[in-house]
Amino acid sequence: MAKKATRATRTSAQRAKMVSRNGVLKTVLDNGLTVILHENHNAPVATFWCWYRVGSRHERSGITGISHWVEHMLFKGTKTFPKATVDRLVSREGGIWNGLTWFDFTTYFETLPADKIDLALRIESDRMVNALFRPKEVKSERTVIISERQGSENSPAFLLGEVMQATVFLVHGYHHETIGHLCDLQSMTRDDLYAHYKAYYAPNNCIAVAVGAFDRKEMLKRIETAFGKIKPGPPLPAIHSVEPEQKGERRVTVEGEGQTSYIDVAYRAPEARHPDFAPLVVLDAILSGPSGLSLFGGGSTNASSRLYRALVDTELAIDVSGGLLPTHDPFAYTIGATARQGHTPAEVEAALDAELQKIIEQPPSQAEVDKAIRQAKAQFAYGSESVTNQGFWYGFSEMFADYHWFETYLDRLSQVTVNEVHRVAQAYLVKRHRTVGYYVPKSQ
Amino acid sequence: MAFANSSIPGPENIHRREYANGMVVLVKENFSSPVVVIDGVLRFGHVDVKREQAGLAGFMASVMMRGTPRRTFQQIYEEIESVGAAADVGAGLNVSGFGSKSLAESLPAMIDILADVIQNPIFPPAEVEKERGEILTDLEERADDTRRMASLTMRELLYPATHPYAYSSSGYFETVKAITRDDLERFYHKHVGSKGMIVAIVGAVKADEAFRMWEDAFGDWTGADNPITLAPPAPKPSEVRRKSIDIPGKTQSDLVMGLIGPARTDPDYFPAALCNSVLGVFGLNGRIGEKVRVQGGLAYYAYSRMDGGLGPGAWQVVAGVNPAKIERAIDLCRAEIKRIRATRVPAKELADNKAFYTGSLPLRLETNDGVAEQLTNMELFGLGLDYLQRYADLVNAVTPQQVQDAARKYLDPDAYALAIAGPTDH
Repeated sequence: MAKKATRATRTSAQRAKMVSRNGVLKTVLDNGLTVILHENHNAPVATFWCWYRVGSRHERSGITGISHWVEHMLFKGTKTFPKATVDRLVSREGGIWNGLTWFDFTTYFETLPADKIDLALRIESDRMVNALFRPKEVKSERTVIISERQGSENSPAFLLGEVMQATVFLVHGYHHETIGHLCDLQSMTRDDLYAHYKAYYAPNNCIAVAVGAFDRKEMLKRIETAFGKIKPGPPLPAIHSVEPEQKGERRVTVEGEGQTSYIDVAYRAPEARHPDFAPLVVLDAILSGPSGLSLFGGGSTNASSRLYRALVDTELAIDVSGGLLPTHDPFAYTIGATARQGHTPAEVEAALDAELQKIIEQPPSQAEVDKAIRQAKAQFAYGSESVTNQGFWYGFSEMFADYHWFETYLDRLSQVTVNEVHRVAQAYLVKRHRTVGYYVPKSQ
Repeated sequence: MAFANSSIPGPENIHRREYANGMVVLVKENFSSPVVVIDGVLRFGHVDVKREQAGLAGFMASVMMRGTPRRTFQQIYEEIESVGAAADVGAGLNVSGFGSKSLAESLPAMIDILADVIQNPIFPPAEVEKERGEILTDLEERADDTRRMASLTMRELLYPATHPYAYSSSGYFETVKAITRDDLERFYHKHVGSKGMIVAIVGAVKADEAFRMWEDAFGDWTGADNPITLAPPAPKPSEVRRKSIDIPGKTQSDLVMGLIGPARTDPDYFPAALCNSVLGVFGLNGRIGEKVRVQGGLAYYAYSRMDGGLGPGAWQVVAGVNPAKIERAIDLCRAEIKRIRATRVPAKELADNKAFYTGSLPLRLETNDGVAEQLTNMELFGLGLDYLQRYADLVNAVTPQQVQDAARKYLDPDAYALAIAGPTDH
């Protein structure tokens, strides 16, 4: 059991845990709340985030989707901020807000004109512990969430992706989509939701991040005032799921509506903290183009990447993309493509395999590695224009490593060598460790 | 820290030059990050295209990026992507856009590429066929997409058949298949020119240097003596025009209700924009979101949107709902349209919406992209260089009566276009 908060007796300056470097301050309040602050006076705006270490990875069968549903319930009212007031209060001050749930985390943010950022602190400290979960609101939100799932089910990409995840992960909590299974969304109770909230929402399971036009010391004081009196929660439930080694290629097919075919291929990939992650980022950039470091879409093209040339320029597919997500536990490196009219996923797969074989056999050129690093540097600069985006990365990186992961990202990429890229291509692009999925129109 | 009026871009720090060839260049310096954004407008678009060639403007604009005498498709993208930049040309309904985003050190290269693809496209036959295949596959995907099909069908119902807003800017299978390479080239030579061109350059570059680079690349170019086409007016629907598109196997239906909205330059634009905010934007999507999502639990998304461009753009209500609950959702949306016409918006609610409009300006101006977009719009719609500084006054001057007048002028619960796409066998 964490010790009771005693913040009233000590000041932030007396704390041993405070780290301050490169304009970033990181500290832990006595109740366990981690605080990360970054001053940025480029524009008169500020962003505030609360990150909780709970996501779909922490869910067992029967309550899949519960983390995401809890996130929705935090917008359904506390005594201080009744239902639908949070969004209006933030909008009235000219701000933006949202909640996001994913495999490893649930997070809430507000970005506001800098002189209004206290509103975010009041909202987040209140709903960390005071959300009501009124049965009537649970009932109404059930249909909203089922509607969200049904909207996703309209998309072939979602249908294929859901089956892919369930096939790649037999044991680990990454095996289901964050939205959850329909049967669980239909049967989960108010008590299930409230118990999940009480188990995971506490200062000792939260990272508070603020970025923007404020004074760091002053902001730390304000955060202490807003959050310092909240008591730590009980020890967190332990999660021990480990995915066993994959023994042989897995293949799945989803049949559905429409006239277009899609292919997804998922290779095993390490967790974000693993030393192979940086060379894999470079490998992905060479194969499928740069990953955006912007939260809300990157906008870069990938027409000069190897896979675009092999699949799209040859008119087998109309697009191709690669996905290497930073995660807490080992996840997957995925390659997806949309088959061009008149072509099959099998044709796309054959061309994909031939192209991947080249980088397995021959190291990439130094020029290709240099290009990937230049792309990452540019993406990093674009991402730094927005405080919301910076707040996202400082918090997100704490969910699978710590914020240094984000700060040293370019340094690690810059050190990647041609040989390392070649080595990880050979180590991870392994057929017996992959899952191949097709979405095929029923009519074909 | 307050957002002092002096830090809002205005005549004292937006640099503007007009040129003999008809182009206008705006530059705003910002050295807080090493990034430069170019956002530009060319005066051609879907409004220049007849129904039998629907898709032509977009097809042509995409192929502009696919080859010049100096660069192949692969060379164009290798140059752009090797420095981590992005650059594109793309057609819109009324006007078309081009732009780039790069590190400041790559700005000369971006301007050189944009000049090359805008002034010298050669429409290589093989690239035309590659692009055609991608468009046709995208149209296949559209046919299976409830949201896109509902939106497309609403426009077909709302506008007269010959109005360019009535037919798809992406085109149809028949029209895209029939467009020839010569059609693309002819359209380019007739419509792409410097007249009416607007360019905003925002970021880590000195204004003088930005002007010099742009003048060197575009100062002598005229291109087509392009006619500037405006979309014709469109009559309001006089009854409910409703159509359902059956897309079997889907779990959710999308509904799009459409009316004729104001143009950006209409005098009642601000009252109408605030009316739209109250109706379907503010907070979690305004009154419609409150009724359909928050109270009714009927939908994950339900909102309204007003195009407000150069022509009689659509004012839409959009929702994604369970197929069995369509009629209930439509009733709720109609009831809100009735209410906003019948009863003046309470002062407190209007004040909240105005505060949202004025208060969100700093966020919209945070990035170079955001500033560039504002500058381009200011020039396109003739709003003046001091527009952003006057913006709060323009919003705050709107009265509840003006909002109600706008609702009564544009919205009608008994005369609209309504398209529903989804499974009909639920």
